[in-house]
Amino acid sequence: MTFRARHLLGIEHLAPDEIRTVLDLADRYVDLNRRTVKQADVLAGMTQINMFFENSTRTQASFELAGKRLGADVMNMSVAQSSVKKGETLIDTALTLNAMHPDLLVVRHPSSGAVNLLASKVNCAVLNAGDGRHEHPTQALLDALTIRRAKGRIQRLTVAICGDIAHSRVARSNLLLLGKMENRIRLIAPPTLMPPGVAEFGCEVYDDMAAGLEGADVVMMLRLQRERMDGGFIPSEREYYHRFGLDADKLAHAKPDAIVMHPGPMNRGVEIDGTLADDINRSVIQDQVEMGVAVRMACMDLLARNLRAERGRKAVETYA
Amino acid sequence: MTLHFTNARLINPETGSDALGSLTVAGGLITALDGPAPEGARIIDCGGKCLAPGIVDLGVKIGEPGERHRESFRSAGLAAAAGGVTTIIARPDTAPAIDTPETLEFVTRRARDASPVRIHHMAALTKGRAGREMTEIGFLLDAGALAFTDCDHVTTDSKVLSRAFTYARSLGALVIGHPQDPGLSAGAAVTSGKFASLRGLPGVHPLAERLGLERDLALVEMTGVRYHADQITCAQSLPALARAKDAGLDVTAGISIHHLTLNDLDVGDYRTFFKLTPPLRAEADRLAMVQAVADGLIDVICSMHTPQDEESKRLPFEEAASGAVGLQTLLPAAMRLYHAGAIDLPGLFRALALNPARRLGLPQGRLATGAPADLVLFDPDTPFVLDRATLLSKSRNTPFDGERLEGKVLATYLGGASVFGPQE
Repeated sequence: MTFRARHLLGIEHLAPDEIRTVLDLADRYVDLNRRTVKQADVLAGMTQINMFFENSTRTQASFELAGKRLGADVMNMSVAQSSVKKGETLIDTALTLNAMHPDLLVVRHPSSGAVNLLASKVNCAVLNAGDGRHEHPTQALLDALTIRRAKGRIQRLTVAICGDIAHSRVARSNLLLLGKMENRIRLIAPPTLMPPGVAEFGCEVYDDMAAGLEGADVVMMLRLQRERMDGGFIPSEREYYHRFGLDADKLAHAKPDAIVMHPGPMNRGVEIDGTLADDINRSVIQDQVEMGVAVRMACMDLLARNLRAERGRKAVETYA
Repeated sequence: MTLHFTNARLINPETGSDALGSLTVAGGLITALDGPAPEGARIIDCGGKCLAPGIVDLGVKIGEPGERHRESFRSAGLAAAAGGVTTIIARPDTAPAIDTPETLEFVTRRARDASPVRIHHMAALTKGRAGREMTEIGFLLDAGALAFTDCDHVTTDSKVLSRAFTYARSLGALVIGHPQDPGLSAGAAVTSGKFASLRGLPGVHPLAERLGLERDLALVEMTGVRYHADQITCAQSLPALARAKDAGLDVTAGISIHHLTLNDLDVGDYRTFFKLTPPLRAEADRLAMVQAVADGLIDVICSMHTPQDEESKRLPFEEAASGAVGLQTLLPAAMRLYHAGAIDLPGLFRALALNPARRLGLPQGRLATGAPADLVLFDPDTPFVLDRATLLSKSRNTPFDGERLEGKVLATYLGGASVFGPQE
């Protein structure tokens, strides 16, 4: 079992064996979460602060539940409506919190790289819960766990990622993770929602759903933000649904046993057909939510172990 | 006082020569090259080190008026002297902008009293740099404005710009443009491409620069104004520039030393000291720009000195302020190009001193009899690791912090008087 990371800032800095370690441990937490008594004590006595500079219900709830099930004291701070409005800088907010000696800091921020900046200023372990359009590592890990449990492996699969890739941190983290685990990746999006230079990441780029989905094992849909729907990036919602929305006809191009994923929250009838999203034979969207809690428990468990080890070493050095 | 520099490696950008010799200074002017030591002159043995014309840095931001906590005339002047810069051409993107003869007179007086090196000023081309009404170009010229620029504010209204160009042309004024399509570059923090996508940062396509340049060049052709592009940083802009020069338009172009020595990957893990306007480019572009300077297609190397306080840089990359200080690191950074074998020393000083002085109608930038004795004595080979705490600017936002550099300024002279170096 290997996991060397001090913080979880992105998939970029994780090695394949570290990813496997997270997934293996998360598998065990899935079992725990299905019991009636869902209590572990690996984070007992530790303090976890969830700092969300951007509104979030699902991710914040998932992190909160994960921390509580592991026995941590969890505090939620919705920074979106507090000191930032009073003009305090990100670093000052971080230093203030740091002075309260948290052990785990879960951060979401609308700017790419903001979580990296914050991590450089605090002593605790920092988990990136999404920064701008940069990374959302726990989402990619929970997607990987969902795929591994559905397909029996997370190698040599053809994965199609469809939708607003340009503005998606979920797409970036998945791209990196699936690449590290040696999968074939296809990106499908209108050219206005495709980030420049993305072909250099070693993936195939499509602007046609039928061609891109051909023979795919996994179909990953992305959320289209409301503010991008009208005229700026695509002509209209209905044209987008017609060309890029996932329905049974388009899915027929993928393998017959292909699974359908979505990081949520979904826009039914914009990027995905409602009936398809609810089809228990194809859709694993609810599984993703379940895996999310387990993966976050695994990540926090592993980071807490490294944090304890580091503090132990420091204590030895101090007294030696 | 009469000075006689002996045993000096004279870097002459006009003749392109780089040879040991002597140089005599009297009454603030260079009076002889390789002449005999005059009676009673103080002899300065340069020990074989380089003696070159002092740098003329075109486009320096100083925080007066409005942002003196970032840089004052005094701190900029001290940094310049320590960096071998003897003439600063200050930008008008201050708060408020330098757009009236009264503000220009105020900063001229302040600069003269506070700075050890020469400071000349540019004025805004449009009032408040807002791109709507032209400034009093005639009065500003009379008050000493050397050029007219709205800096990084690009005027989108071509009608306004064509009128300002036409009016400036009638007075023979030099206009400095910032070639960039403002629509395409809006909100961009880096150059678009693989790195920008990986970091999730909004990027601007390199062609946005050519789009802006082509527009400006068409207006130059239309009006006949004297035009200088502040920074040309992309290979794809070069053919347009070459075409304009071949067609005989009165056009020159510059580039910052940062775009000649760093590339987009240097941003690394969201390092905001590498956030510049325009953003750092790909390595292929950097190499093309170095070649363009060597070929003379790009005329001027400047520092694009832009002081920013710590607070405005200690922010997430997209929100952080743009720009880097460079007065004190311009020469050692330029030595990277010399040590890489890309440009020889006379060629570098042509771009650092001679060309900008000529373009602005200043007598500086030359090692010739009768030229002002603004000189820099430096050793191109002294290695050092830059510690930004040692910089004399009030702001220390340099991308070279902790970098190994070669090239140290030993002494700087202004009109024959020492403004930096061993105090005799």
